[in-house]
Amino acid sequence: MAKLPLIFTVNGTEQAEFVDGDALLVDVLRDKLGMTGTRVGCGQGTCGACTILIDGAPALSCLTLAVSANGKDVTTVEGLAMGGTLHALQTAFADGFATQCGFCTSGMLVAAKALLDRNPDPDRDAVVDAISGNICRCTGYEPIINAILAAAADLRSAKSA
Amino acid sequence: MAKARGRGVAAVNYPTGMNLGGDPSQALVHATTTGNFVVSLSSTDLGQGLKTVMTQICAEAIGVPPEMVIIDTADTDTGPHCMGTFASRGTHRIGNAIIMAAKEARKVLMDVAADELEVSADDLETDGKGAIHVKGVPSRSIPVFEVALAAHFKHGKTVSGRGIFMQTRSFPDPETGKMVPATTYAHACTIAEVEVDTETGEVEVLSLKSAYEVGHALNPKMVEQQIVGGAWMGMSHALYETTEPYYPDRAHGPLDFNEYLMPGPGDVPAMEGVILERPSQDGPFGAKGVGEMTANSPIPAIANAIFDAVGIRVDSLPITPEKVLRGILAQAASPQPAE
Amino acid sequence: MEHVRAFFAAERGDDGKAVGTSLARSDALGHVTGQTQFYADRQFPGMLHLKMVRSPHDHARIRSIDTSEAEKLPGVVRVITHKDVPANVYTILRLIQVEPNDEPVLAEDKVRFKGEQIVAILAESEAIAREAVAKVKVDYEVLPAVFDVEEALEPGAPLVNEYHGNNYFTYEGHHCRRVRHGNVEKGFAEADHVIEERYQSSPIEHAPVETTGCIVVPEANGRLTCYSNTQALFFTLDNAGLILNVPFQKLRLIGGTVGGGFGGKVDVITEPVAMLAAMLTGRPVKYAYSREEEMQVSSPRAAERIYIKDGVMNDGRIVARQVRLYVDAGAYSRHSPYGTTKASAHMPGPYTIPNVSVDAHCVYTNRTPSSAMRGFGVTIGDFALEVQMDKLARLVGMDPIAFRIRNAYRDGDMKAHGELTKGAALVETMQAAAQLAGWPLSAEDTAASSMKAGG
Repeated sequence: MAKLPLIFTVNGTEQAEFVDGDALLVDVLRDKLGMTGTRVGCGQGTCGACTILIDGAPALSCLTLAVSANGKDVTTVEGLAMGGTLHALQTAFADGFATQCGFCTSGMLVAAKALLDRNPDPDRDAVVDAISGNICRCTGYEPIINAILAAAADLRSAKSA
Repeated sequence: MAKARGRGVAAVNYPTGMNLGGDPSQALVHATTTGNFVVSLSSTDLGQGLKTVMTQICAEAIGVPPEMVIIDTADTDTGPHCMGTFASRGTHRIGNAIIMAAKEARKVLMDVAADELEVSADDLETDGKGAIHVKGVPSRSIPVFEVALAAHFKHGKTVSGRGIFMQTRSFPDPETGKMVPATTYAHACTIAEVEVDTETGEVEVLSLKSAYEVGHALNPKMVEQQIVGGAWMGMSHALYETTEPYYPDRAHGPLDFNEYLMPGPGDVPAMEGVILERPSQDGPFGAKGVGEMTANSPIPAIANAIFDAVGIRVDSLPITPEKVLRGILAQAASPQPAE
Repeated sequence: MEHVRAFFAAERGDDGKAVGTSLARSDALGHVTGQTQFYADRQFPGMLHLKMVRSPHDHARIRSIDTSEAEKLPGVVRVITHKDVPANVYTILRLIQVEPNDEPVLAEDKVRFKGEQIVAILAESEAIAREAVAKVKVDYEVLPAVFDVEEALEPGAPLVNEYHGNNYFTYEGHHCRRVRHGNVEKGFAEADHVIEERYQSSPIEHAPVETTGCIVVPEANGRLTCYSNTQALFFTLDNAGLILNVPFQKLRLIGGTVGGGFGGKVDVITEPVAMLAAMLTGRPVKYAYSREEEMQVSSPRAAERIYIKDGVMNDGRIVARQVRLYVDAGAYSRHSPYGTTKASAHMPGPYTIPNVSVDAHCVYTNRTPSSAMRGFGVTIGDFALEVQMDKLARLVGMDPIAFRIRNAYRDGDMKAHGELTKGAALVETMQAAAQLAGWPLSAEDTAASSMKAGG
């Protein structure tokens, strides 16, 4: 099969690859670009571990053809921190003991970022809704919900400071 | 639409370690030339935080701050034997092995420090902050950093230790089952509050209130992680999960998370918990294993709460809305006296 | 979470400096930056993907296997059958003397559960491997299957596992693990009430977000390095060594960071075949379960059927408890013989009962072999025991917690398996939970203690 060009931005940096027409975005990110922070949990689009942002909106990279990301802006967990400073969500998850095995964490953070980018003052229901596509088997969700609310509060007070 | 509320209780214990023992783990501890302590293991962290609690155990046993401890796991070429991470054995078995290794390393450390300070090792103590000083005279002190350098380059001594912990294997009597399953047991009691929709059979868990006796919570927040995560899994077992919904018929086995049901973030109940500590006689600093127990008490507590709410016993797991509704309808058709 | 320090205060020493504090997890920053490295986060040029041909039948004889079409597919590098496996029968627990070996690595003449592995396809990509799997032709003679644990024990039931000769694990000449303490028949005769109840669970999957798998890399010096998410590296190494019939020093297991285990990554199923494939091809090999395989092929928690017959007095004392327990091991032993013993050791629960009898059966059926899962041997037993306690309490008209305090074990009490109770804390744990939930207890029950005999 002839390879197709894929030119897109990943975490602010332009990337150019030649990929198979049926290549999945998650495999291109992990295997070609070496960004293994995005995890593969099911390949069926039901666990959310592979969640990334395409032009700011959450997408399941295990169900996304890589070529469909041509010209788009992709954000992965590796792009959350800015110049060495962790995103408020990352700090909140770490401080709030909201990670155990860590396998769902990347997807959770990206889904949460999409929420806070569009809604800086979510209530608990909005947080629950935003992560309802992300399965966690370890934490029981409560610490994750609390961490997202804490990060939202942090960001709001940093903004108003 | 009618909703009925009910409350139920369950109390359990749980053994620490592989049943009948015979599950050893080893640890090796060595100091670098600059006084950091490397713990070599072949143990697995499943997410429960083994690497963190072992850091704390080694730090406590040697008498240095946790940041001076490095956990090196897992490579069978470099880490000594470990039976594995299961059966709530990690903290207990591996922790004890580390304490044994750490004690040996600490003795060398203190002997060298004694030499450097020209006192007897019995007169010294670690301050837990990276220094060793004469008891009662904190100004007469030497950093662990210096002691390690001196040990390696001046005294030619290895500041290192070896450890193993094994509960001796027990063999059950074939006739009576006389056996020693474990030497230490943790405890839990959960009180569940549920609300049952009598038209759909759906059960909402309103709250789980529990007490856990864990020997010694070496890292309280990590114990809490097991409690909250375990309770969620218990609730999931009680009401949602199965790979064979028509067991023992294998039909319609789920193949993905759409079909394999588990409670989502919107389904989590309010949870409250308290911790008790009755130190284990042979646990590292008195700790007992807790990783498995926390999923167990919520399951029957929820089942008992459902009975309290609607007078229906569902004695098979998972307690699905269909089973509850069938019970409610059967009871309405021919009312039985409550037990 | 609050520590209720009043209980057992005299037994506790000083707080430590490093223990007893909520030190930040050493892996948290790696997790939140995505830098934590799981086994599959490594790149190996030339890596082959292993996909498995699996039985579509619950129970069948294999008449023939034709891999010719699969082998012709471009991109297929190697096809592995039972003939290639040096020692094709094993039991995960044989290292602790649990015999007989009863499970083939790759099926030879028979398949005993739907999903059992038969032929391994090694290909340049997952897609090619999957396509090749579909091209393997296996000729089956379908056999009658048995799915119910009690039916499996009846004479004339289809024989699931010839290595055992019958559908149960034999415990030193017995068809079940036995615990005998006192005389239950005498206890039942003396009891004011006798009830017998039946409890049932179905299999439950661990469903970690990271599926089971490994990557094996052949090293230049002839050794094999296996990156695995196994929960037990040496278990894996030793069993693989025996299956491959190679000197143990040839194998190296690297792991230690797992995306959730819960007991689902202790079966050592992927590593031996992946290692064999790496040896035969000289290339790195990845064998990972898809989510479908993780759901239905990887071992679940065993379904259990538990009958509990109790004799209870009007004053709340349980005087006799007889437990008949059936663990559905599925087609092969895996860890079930051990788990069934653990289940028997857990009975009759944390209660002091003078007459106890337990018959715990490890039964083979034609389903996915079950294995260890969080609370192995105990979780389902606790469901049965604690629902039973609720029934008994209501039968004699006692508050459910008061009833448990009446029967709870205390220090010095004799347990059914012949050990003296020590370190008991059930009473205090119930008192603390009752306090938390506002569940009223009598003054007597509030004053009860694990450290003195009581009622």
